[in-house]
Amino acid sequence: MIQECKTSKAISGMGHSMKRKEDARFIQGKGHYVDDIKLDGMLYMDIVRSPYAYAKIKSIKTEKALATPGVIAVVTGRDLEKYNLHWMPTLMSDTQMVLPTDTVMYQAQEVAAVIASSRYAAADGVEAVEVEYEVMKPVMDPYKSTDPSSPVLRTDKKGKKDNKIWHWEVGDKEKTDKLFETAEVTVKQEIYVPRIHVASIETCGCVADYDKVNNYLTMYMTTQAPHAIRTVIALVAGHVGLTEEKIRVVSPDIGGGFGGKVPVYPGYVIAIAVSFLVGKPIKWIEDRSENLQADSFARDYHITAEMAGTKAGKIQGIRFKVLADHGYTDASANPSKFPAGMFSICTGSYDYDTAFVEADAVYTNKPPGGVAYRCSFRVTEAVQGIERITDRFAQTIGMDPAAFRFKNFIKKEQFPWKSPTGWSYDSGDYQLALHKAMDVIGYDDLRKEQVEKRKKGEIMGIGICSFTEVVGAGPSKDFDILGIKMFDSAEIRVHPTGKALARFGTKSQGQGHETTYAQIIAEELGIPAENIQVEEGDTDTAPYGLGTYASRSTPTAGAAAAVAARKLRDKARKIAAYLLEVSEADLEWEPGKFSVKGAPEKSKTIQEIVFAAYTNHPPGMEAGFEATHYYDPPNLTFPFGSYICVVDIDKETCEIKVRRFVAIDDCGNIINPMIVQGQVHGGLTQGIAPAMYEELIYDEEGNILNGTFMDYLVPTAVESPHWETGHTITPCPHHPIGAKGVGESPTVGAPPAIANAIVDALLPYGITNIDIPITPYKVWKALKEKGVVKAI
Amino acid sequence: MEKEITVTLNGEEKTLTVEPRLLLVHLIRENLNQTGTHIGCDTSNCGACTVLLDGKSVKSCTILAVQANGKKITTVEGLATAEGLHPLQEGFKENHALHCGFCTPGMMMRAVELLEKNPNPTEEEIRWGISGNLCRCTGYNNIVLAVQYAGAKMRGEKLPSTEPIFV
Ligand code: FES
Ligand code: FES
Repeated sequence: MIQECKTSKAISGMGHSMKRKEDARFIQGKGHYVDDIKLDGMLYMDIVRSPYAYAKIKSIKTEKALATPGVIAVVTGRDLEKYNLHWMPTLMSDTQMVLPTDTVMYQAQEVAAVIASSRYAAADGVEAVEVEYEVMKPVMDPYKSTDPSSPVLRTDKKGKKDNKIWHWEVGDKEKTDKLFETAEVTVKQEIYVPRIHVASIETCGCVADYDKVNNYLTMYMTTQAPHAIRTVIALVAGHVGLTEEKIRVVSPDIGGGFGGKVPVYPGYVIAIAVSFLVGKPIKWIEDRSENLQADSFARDYHITAEMAGTKAGKIQGIRFKVLADHGYTDASANPSKFPAGMFSICTGSYDYDTAFVEADAVYTNKPPGGVAYRCSFRVTEAVQGIERITDRFAQTIGMDPAAFRFKNFIKKEQFPWKSPTGWSYDSGDYQLALHKAMDVIGYDDLRKEQVEKRKKGEIMGIGICSFTEVVGAGPSKDFDILGIKMFDSAEIRVHPTGKALARFGTKSQGQGHETTYAQIIAEELGIPAENIQVEEGDTDTAPYGLGTYASRSTPTAGAAAAVAARKLRDKARKIAAYLLEVSEADLEWEPGKFSVKGAPEKSKTIQEIVFAAYTNHPPGMEAGFEATHYYDPPNLTFPFGSYICVVDIDKETCEIKVRRFVAIDDCGNIINPMIVQGQVHGGLTQGIAPAMYEELIYDEEGNILNGTFMDYLVPTAVESPHWETGHTITPCPHHPIGAKGVGESPTVGAPPAIANAIVDALLPYGITNIDIPITPYKVWKALKEKGVVKAI
Repeated sequence: MEKEITVTLNGEEKTLTVEPRLLLVHLIRENLNQTGTHIGCDTSNCGACTVLLDGKSVKSCTILAVQANGKKITTVEGLATAEGLHPLQEGFKENHALHCGFCTPGMMMRAVELLEKNPNPTEEEIRWGISGNLCRCTGYNNIVLAVQYAGAKMRGEKLPSTEPIFV
């Protein structure tokens, strides 16, 4: 059994692998995504984009476009300027052009929008818009961005004299520097975590529908955070009369989000502005190439990682320095007080008390970002740093990487554990997870096999990653986005016949909320999950919440569901006591009913109790059976896991084959094992992607070299290995149902496991690092440098 | 310059006039209002738009509507019958082979032809067979299981367990 279940299969509370309720529509082609929306009189928008990374706009000629059949209007920055809608804030309180009035700052930036009667006519119009540019030399290298010789890019910011965005640091610098001066062993490694893209199979888009008569905007859009977006629209457009009560944001089914559908993109704002001006619904759907080339990227962290310790293998401290390339503007979606997100989790799963971590962010002429791609705000970068440097240290002192980890793990008894960068890890059993992973994969035998293979000159490697995540943002004391605290909400209404409707401030993009939230409520109230309808994504009906990203849904809204359900259970107890004519203290709860202690034949089912709440409620009690809760988590949650990867490398072709990959995850108590496992599978494939295939590459002129699915290599079923998955359960001590969140662990944990395996394979040739994505070409180059393979 | 074409979509004959440049996927989604077929790229890579054209799986973003003149098109909406879901639809649901569902219709339509040609495929054959279809969510393990499940059902064999192997 994966997890003990307290409820029957008929109720399907926590721990049941209930089949997903939402699947019925998806498998029959009845999913409802934004591009499926068709409204009367709807017009289509397409966008003219800059072919240059940095250029002055000398002129935009629209005559030919306007003469194109079907084209109705062409909108430029100058048009938006009249309404003061040509700039917008980013979620990080930076600013971003909606449409430029004079300068473009990255290739594929929006330059003008064409409105037409059909998709095809809009595209024709885009072709016909003539823009004259004066091309300038872009700043592409973040290291050179702060050179005095580089032009100041953000001249829109008064008094800005350089390209620095922010500096952030945490830890004890003095103590750390001192440790590094005196430690027996120090290792240092430059680690680049490349710029990548979420590449959800559905791109971004919207239908902006402004009703002039009622001054009411309905915005259907691909957003992971509909309420936050409503507030942002009100902040941006309040001055033209679009105040928050006049705005409804609807997030229909979303074809994958992964953080890429958190930001506000210019296309959304232009569509709203145009709909507002012409009073017709405007549809805008990106092409894949636009999506890859212009929407927020992820990662792009240049890390200098250092570790200090003893020859005997005890880690004493770390020192990390980061250069963050944010492109044209800081369009991350981090909590306000955390410009580098939760990067300071980079102290990892190990017990030491000294650390200093700092980061500097700079502007360049690349698209803006960076989003938390299936990652709780820079945790992926942090884990890549710590797990690579951990392996480097073990290699330096000649210790097995598993033995080295066991020697340094924070022990089970040490939780809650205060990290040297200020986190309070809630719980963990790191030894158990790594032991399990080693048992499943047969670690000792693999090491023996490796020795034999090496004797024969064959290349095989084994890589470990024992990560700690920090998710579930977050406690209102520290966490907000644009000032809005990062609580989340649940509202449960149980109808007289005992069936429920539950609404949430989050928004599923494939995580299966319609099933898992129902299971949480089923667990608490004993109403079958099958009879609980879950709704999200409509700001007119759902309670306010900050949305779904950073593995926060279960830690926040999931907790809210449990607490709201418990409020209802308390009410149910009162009603049951009244109906059974006993005192509340004499009642006993089992999932689905209250019975009298010692007289189990005297009982009332939850359905009977709910019916009474509408038909026969106790005098003085409010009728009905509804509860709402806004959950403010007391702490973040700290999921963890141990992954082991085995690779074989062909010495001739340098092809890398992931032979096996075992992932053991601990996300606390499990709501639905099938869904947890599914999340792990998917995250692992999104982990092998940057480890071996994906990177957005730019040339010196600022041209993207792989901005389509032809050359940006999203893994297919062939590249994606057969994943082997498992779990341990260390319940979260502060979460109402002991859960921690899981969606991101595999994306975070897989890249270092794969990189460590490949470097482990190449170690006999003196190769100690290759940056991800590790391609056959990079392996071949490294082996050639060492004289192992010859140039062809 | 518009052209008249007749297609049979999921068993229903339709005659329409279309621009010669209209893509089949747009014909299906916009002119014929069947939105189960999706669009995920502009380079024929993702397979979200896969449909059957005279029984063969094709990427409908890569074919012009006029090329479908006189042909039979089957989309995800045409998979289920009066008797119930197609074995692939059942297989995808039972094996948790979808998360966001965006790739799912294309993935299933591709698998229809795969199973027709190879009723009992190995894992490797399935992986290669669906390698023209991208899924960003599921990591593919469960899609393989779903196709195997559907294969077993179509062959009339005992159905494999759908309990997750999550040690
Ligand atoms: S839409 Fe991507 S292949 Fe057709
Ligand atoms: S289920 Fe989301 S792309 Fe496949």
